[in-house]
Amino acid sequence: MLHGNHGRSSAAAFSLVLCGSLYAQNPAGIPAQAPAAGRGGGMIRSAYPPRPPADPAAVERGKGLYTVNCAFCHGSDARGGEGGPNLLRSQLVLDDMKGEGIGPVVLNGRPDGGMPKFDFTAAQISEIAAFLHGIPVGGRDAARQTPINVVVGDAYAGKTYFSAKCASCHSVSGDLKGIASRIDDPKTLQQTWMMPNGGGRGGRGASTVNVPLTTVTVTLTSGQKMEGRLVRVDDFLVTLTDAEGRVRSFPRKGGQPQVVIHEPMQPHLDLLPVYTDKEIHDVTAYLVTLK
Amino acid sequence: MKLRNLSYLLAIPGFLQAQMLDPAQLVKPLSDSWPTYSGDYSGRRYSQLKQVDQSNVKNLSLAWSTRVTAGLPNAGGGGRGGFGGPAGPPTIVGGEGTGELNETSGRSSRIVGAVLMVDGILYASAPDNAWAVNAADGRVLWHYVWKTKGGTHTGNRGMGMWGNWLYLETPDDYLVCLDAATGKERWHKSIASLSEQYFSTDAPIVVGGHVLVGTGDDLDEPAFLQSFDPETGALQWKWYATPQQKGDPGLDTWANLDAAKHGGGQMWIPGSYDPDTKLYIVGTGNPTPAYTSQTRGEGDNLYTCSLVAINVDTGKLAWYYQTSPHDTHDWDSTQMPVLFDAQFEGRQRKLVMQATRNGYFFVLDRLTGEHVVTGKFSPTVNWAKGIDKTGHPVRDPKKDFDIAGALVSPTNAGATNWMPPAYSPDTGLFYLTSEDSYSMYYLTETDPRGAMGLGGKEERGVGILGTFLTAMDYKTGKVAWRHEYPGSGPWGGTNVGHGLLTTAGKLLFAGDPSGNFVAYDPANGHPLWHTQLGEVSGSPETYLLNGRQYVLIAAVDMLYAFALYQ
Repeated sequence: MLHGNHGRSSAAAFSLVLCGSLYAQNPAGIPAQAPAAGRGGGMIRSAYPPRPPADPAAVERGKGLYTVNCAFCHGSDARGGEGGPNLLRSQLVLDDMKGEGIGPVVLNGRPDGGMPKFDFTAAQISEIAAFLHGIPVGGRDAARQTPINVVVGDAYAGKTYFSAKCASCHSVSGDLKGIASRIDDPKTLQQTWMMPNGGGRGGRGASTVNVPLTTVTVTLTSGQKMEGRLVRVDDFLVTLTDAEGRVRSFPRKGGQPQVVIHEPMQPHLDLLPVYTDKEIHDVTAYLVTLK
Repeated sequence: MKLRNLSYLLAIPGFLQAQMLDPAQLVKPLSDSWPTYSGDYSGRRYSQLKQVDQSNVKNLSLAWSTRVTAGLPNAGGGGRGGFGGPAGPPTIVGGEGTGELNETSGRSSRIVGAVLMVDGILYASAPDNAWAVNAADGRVLWHYVWKTKGGTHTGNRGMGMWGNWLYLETPDDYLVCLDAATGKERWHKSIASLSEQYFSTDAPIVVGGHVLVGTGDDLDEPAFLQSFDPETGALQWKWYATPQQKGDPGLDTWANLDAAKHGGGQMWIPGSYDPDTKLYIVGTGNPTPAYTSQTRGEGDNLYTCSLVAINVDTGKLAWYYQTSPHDTHDWDSTQMPVLFDAQFEGRQRKLVMQATRNGYFFVLDRLTGEHVVTGKFSPTVNWAKGIDKTGHPVRDPKKDFDIAGALVSPTNAGATNWMPPAYSPDTGLFYLTSEDSYSMYYLTETDPRGAMGLGGKEERGVGILGTFLTAMDYKTGKVAWRHEYPGSGPWGGTNVGHGLLTTAGKLLFAGDPSGNFVAYDPANGHPLWHTQLGEVSGSPETYLLNGRQYVLIAAVDMLYAFALYQ
């Protein structure tokens, strides 16, 4: 049994108009591309402070030694290579301060793991350590984010899908005219056509277009209807802003007053369980042609 | 309490002092006090208290409220004691950091975990902070603050208690033992390496002569559950969630030993305990790297995303059941396992159930780990092709992630998350909060070696179809009912959902996404009582003091206690 005490109706069409500000439709005011944070965003100012900078000359010598002797197996970026493991996540390397931890392994090798011995001086080992410790280590590394082409779909199939599923509300010569020029990043365009109001949680899906606001009709027991922009609603209270800008709240109890929410995104929400990924990619491939 | 443990009790100095935890309370069904994370070891969060019931809950009113203050003294977060007001409580400072990183607000003043109630005193915690509060009037008795060296400050799930001692984990990976009477530190001990980017948020669970401690890490480092001596802090055993040496069981489910050693499975939420079998049953975390799984191989990646049963005396694995074989969405299985005994297909069985972040619900035999029921509590969940013959969801690799985007339900935050569920033997229903939601998952890492930790993908939410208070029927694994929260949107401060409490007064307490604290009818989810607190951050608890039943809830840095109006 599903409990849904509130009605929902769908506003059919809505206009797609670019906002002045990228974040204007995000009530939390959080940028769409929040900086990479720890799990749950719970990062204090410097959760894992970088190590104090080492002598640049020593780092440079260490890089040279590493490149010649280590990079083939462990990768030029130390993230693993031909047979050698990723050193950036190595417990031995992470816990090492100045070569005292990695030194014995370098000098003795790992015979059972196929790693040979290296006859380095203590100074050379500390220089290799200085080079490794200068590499930033984190699961989420913004520096590794490279632009990737998300346009892989079939534009013709996308046009067919658009005609069948979208054209009753939207027009490529009307509200969507030039949409690919207005939103020139295909990933943002894809997110925007899927859920024009951002749709997501916690600011991760901020909107780039103006969309109609959610409205609500409250029918009082007297029969009087109050309508306006929905501010918020829960099981006990509904709050709206009426045409004059007044904030009005109505307690809810026992199904009274009657509350009908008009969610303009409802047709888009209804499609989420229905799309295939190919259909999504095809529609995007079509929309990016609408310059 | 078994007789053989009495000798241990006698060894605790000051056993007969006031306001200490008699360990016998820990194995009793939940009633007057709240001495461990879930109230009792079963994880049911079902209290036998029934002074507050369906007939009188409308008279539940505020008994007291109090605000806790985080951070070091004179750090700007105070405000106590000025202009002739009452002097603030004593603040005890510990820690090995400089204090520069300590915060007075944000996560450090947000109570999300268990608040213990033992002999009239409440013990609450947040990252780097702990407080003792008089359970009768809310006055803060002492405040302990830890000078941190760093670590992800995502939250603190509460403290453990044994005799007169409290146990607190810190984000920079220490286990701190405090004197419950004074807040003074007795000892602290390093439990993981901050250099390896561990962070410790778990609530220690004290079982017999063991303090069971989990940690977290988002950099592919090994996951382990450790057992410490409650008196000395000495390590008793350490159980790794993934193979660490040649010959370890489960190694054939990984590409190689290096992948297994860095395979994750962090246990950052406590588990439940069965005193009859001495098994600690806990959920393990996601495998790592979380999204770019190619370096992990094609196998199941044991024992990540599993329910595991560990013998508390030996630290050995008794059984496991994997709820997400080869997870690729960071949907850990750390959600609280709930122990219960029930008739099932004509015979009485000892069972455990769990609703996991991936949208599926499992019932297992808790003696053997044998699969009993699998169900699905979020109908939109689309990452699995089906269920195999032993109840495991079968992952659909097409829904892993995609350069052009894969539309996946649930979002990374999950169909549910760590907030504790509840089970009522009166209704036979398992309660949780859940959502039906979708994200686009984009692969951003084209390096065939993959990323580390949580790297390599970008997730962008596209829509929440609904947020729910959900009741599951353990007999069928089907949804019994769902109460949809109106105006579906994010949860208001939490990632997914709220913690629950149910009582013999036939009440089900929970926060809602709009900041209400609500008592529902556990038979059907209809609201019976509510109050608006702005934002509910903690899980409801209840206790009996001086003959009066209190219902306690944390709302960020506030504690509210409700009781029948008198």
